[in-house]
Amino acid sequence: MKRSIIDLWVGIFVAIGLASVTFLALKVANLTPQGDNNSYTLIAEFDNIGGLKVKAPVKSSGVVVGRVSNIELDTQRYVARATLTLNDQFHFSRDTSAEILTAGLLGEQYVGLVQGGEEENLKPGDRVQLTSSALVLEQLIGKFMTSFAEGNNKAAAADAAAAETAP
Amino acid sequence: MMLDNLLAPLRHLGHSTINAIWKLGMMSRFLLAILAHSGQSLLRFQLTIREVYFAGVLSLIIIVVSGLFVGMVLGLQGYNTLSRFGSADALGALVALSLLRELGPVLAALLFASRSGSAMTAEIGLMKATEQLEAMSVMAVDPVARVVAPRFWAGVISMPILAALFNVMGIFGGYLVGVVMIGLDEGTFWSQMQNNVDLHFDVINGLIKSLFFGIAVTLIAVFEGFDATPTAAGVSSATTRTVVTSALVILALDFVLTAFMF
Amino acid sequence: MQNDSFIEFKRVSFGYGDRLILQDISLKIDRGQLVAIMGGSGSGKTTLLRLISGQIRAQEGQVLVDGRDVGRMNQRELYQHRRRMGMLFQFGALFTDLPVFDNVAFPIREHTSLSPQMVRDLVLMKLHAVGLRGTEALMPAELSGGMARRIALARAIALDPQIMLYDEPFTGLDPISLATIALLIKKLSDALGTSAVMVTHDVHKSLEIVDYVYFIAGGKIAAAGTPDEVRASDSPWVHQFIHGEADGPVHFAYPAQQSLAGSFGLEGA
Repeated sequence: MKRSIIDLWVGIFVAIGLASVTFLALKVANLTPQGDNNSYTLIAEFDNIGGLKVKAPVKSSGVVVGRVSNIELDTQRYVARATLTLNDQFHFSRDTSAEILTAGLLGEQYVGLVQGGEEENLKPGDRVQLTSSALVLEQLIGKFMTSFAEGNNKAAAADAAAAETAP
Repeated sequence: MMLDNLLAPLRHLGHSTINAIWKLGMMSRFLLAILAHSGQSLLRFQLTIREVYFAGVLSLIIIVVSGLFVGMVLGLQGYNTLSRFGSADALGALVALSLLRELGPVLAALLFASRSGSAMTAEIGLMKATEQLEAMSVMAVDPVARVVAPRFWAGVISMPILAALFNVMGIFGGYLVGVVMIGLDEGTFWSQMQNNVDLHFDVINGLIKSLFFGIAVTLIAVFEGFDATPTAAGVSSATTRTVVTSALVILALDFVLTAFMF
Repeated sequence: MQNDSFIEFKRVSFGYGDRLILQDISLKIDRGQLVAIMGGSGSGKTTLLRLISGQIRAQEGQVLVDGRDVGRMNQRELYQHRRRMGMLFQFGALFTDLPVFDNVAFPIREHTSLSPQMVRDLVLMKLHAVGLRGTEALMPAELSGGMARRIALARAIALDPQIMLYDEPFTGLDPISLATIALLIKKLSDALGTSAVMVTHDVHKSLEIVDYVYFIAGGKIAAAGTPDEVRASDSPWVHQFIHGEADGPVHFAYPAQQSLAGSFGLEGA
């Protein structure tokens, strides 16, 4: 085997390798921000994070702007503290609100950021003030049931009152 | 006599344990020797390039074909299962994640061990059997530096490239089945993948895995070749040992690495 | 002459485990001399060569080459020692993945930084010396046994060694190839003035070309002398060896622990 042919093939081989990695990085992984210098973090505290997991996307108006990089329990106040790692090119005002949403009825949960109106932006490491917790299906159903039962009780009471006053 | 029969399995166990530990120690020493004698294979890079050709380039076809088929099977099976739960849209993510994290590095390494690892063992073993290694050493050329180290580095370089290619081909196979054959929406396929695959967490970790596999497989291959009994039977059993040991080490190492990474 | 010994064994013993292969060997090889070491198969002849090349180290005694103890050399010194040494292996040990040209060029490329043109000239010169110029592009698998041995010889002399070691250079060759190799060995020794040690059991051809012969049996030097002395020797052992008799001081049968009857379980029956 001629040396130049071997060189050529090895060159092609390495080029294939580089192309594969580039393909994986760009087309498959979409190069999301990771804790390096072109990203910053925000803190958001929730009473209940439901099924939110580390690495869940952070979206604003449906566009992925970062990822949840850490979730821990604040043992003093017993709230969940989520660390959001956001791409440096997206900045949010100080009255931005964060909520935990679900993609579809049974899909994965993500953090949605809604931009506020204030001039000043959140700085790296700041806490998002306005948060709303995840919708937990059981609680939702529970609430619905109690309100439904209460409604029934009220109706029954009204009926009873009406019956009393009627004669 | 009775006691002897009872103790035989224990003695056998002890013997194989001691052998395994001894081998592990020899292999570590061999790795150190390779690293210490790597200067030449890196300075005279032509030596290593030649071996990349034999270890890597010649493995291209088997990697491409296997990757494609594994991806296609993943696409079919994944679709069957996911569609039962009404989430066939997640097929792209399923295919990409299974390949990037596990199947790509592991299967590429298994193929590499049986295609290139066994060839390396046979080649070095045969060189030993025909006194070529000894001749080299008598010519004041260190066989570890001249024969073993270039092959080792070639394996370490080739493995991640092959694994990355395997991943790409697998994803392409999944795409063929999911989008072209079954008719899922192309945009959903890719966007589901992109939303769920992370460059560092999935892609890079998978490649790091394959780098470890490359080191392990190539080390086993060159060690078995160098350590082979210099006869026809010795070389053939060394070749078998390379494939078997590599497979076991790849799977065990995969478990350990997965536990650390994910 | 006594003072000019180039290779000298001083009471050397060597063994694997407790199986002694060489016991208390002392011998001298002068500068420019071609010496044959003869003995039956498994008598430790090849071990002797490996002691000179430093592939193994003597457990007792010294192996001196040019006044330096090979057994005490570190890796670097050993490699320096080997650069002045050429060795012809029993079956040539050519690199099967390289063509003839690269095989012969191998030691030159590894140890010198000559220009490709110089390397080419040197290789062609060496190939010419063994009469095989024109085979540069062939692969070792395409060579006959005799040709392979000559190419291996060309490779061994590529760097003009001061010491040549021949390990069974005549084994498995047809009479013509054998004569050619013998002639080449003689010619090279005379022309280059190398000290050469040849391990062989081909008695007649070797006695024609060597200056001195050592016979080894049972790990010891059984006899020594110039070819003429050896031919005239009245030692029964040397006589048996030279004339190739099946039984004599060296017995036909391996000294088994049990008698044949014992092996078959018939003893005492």
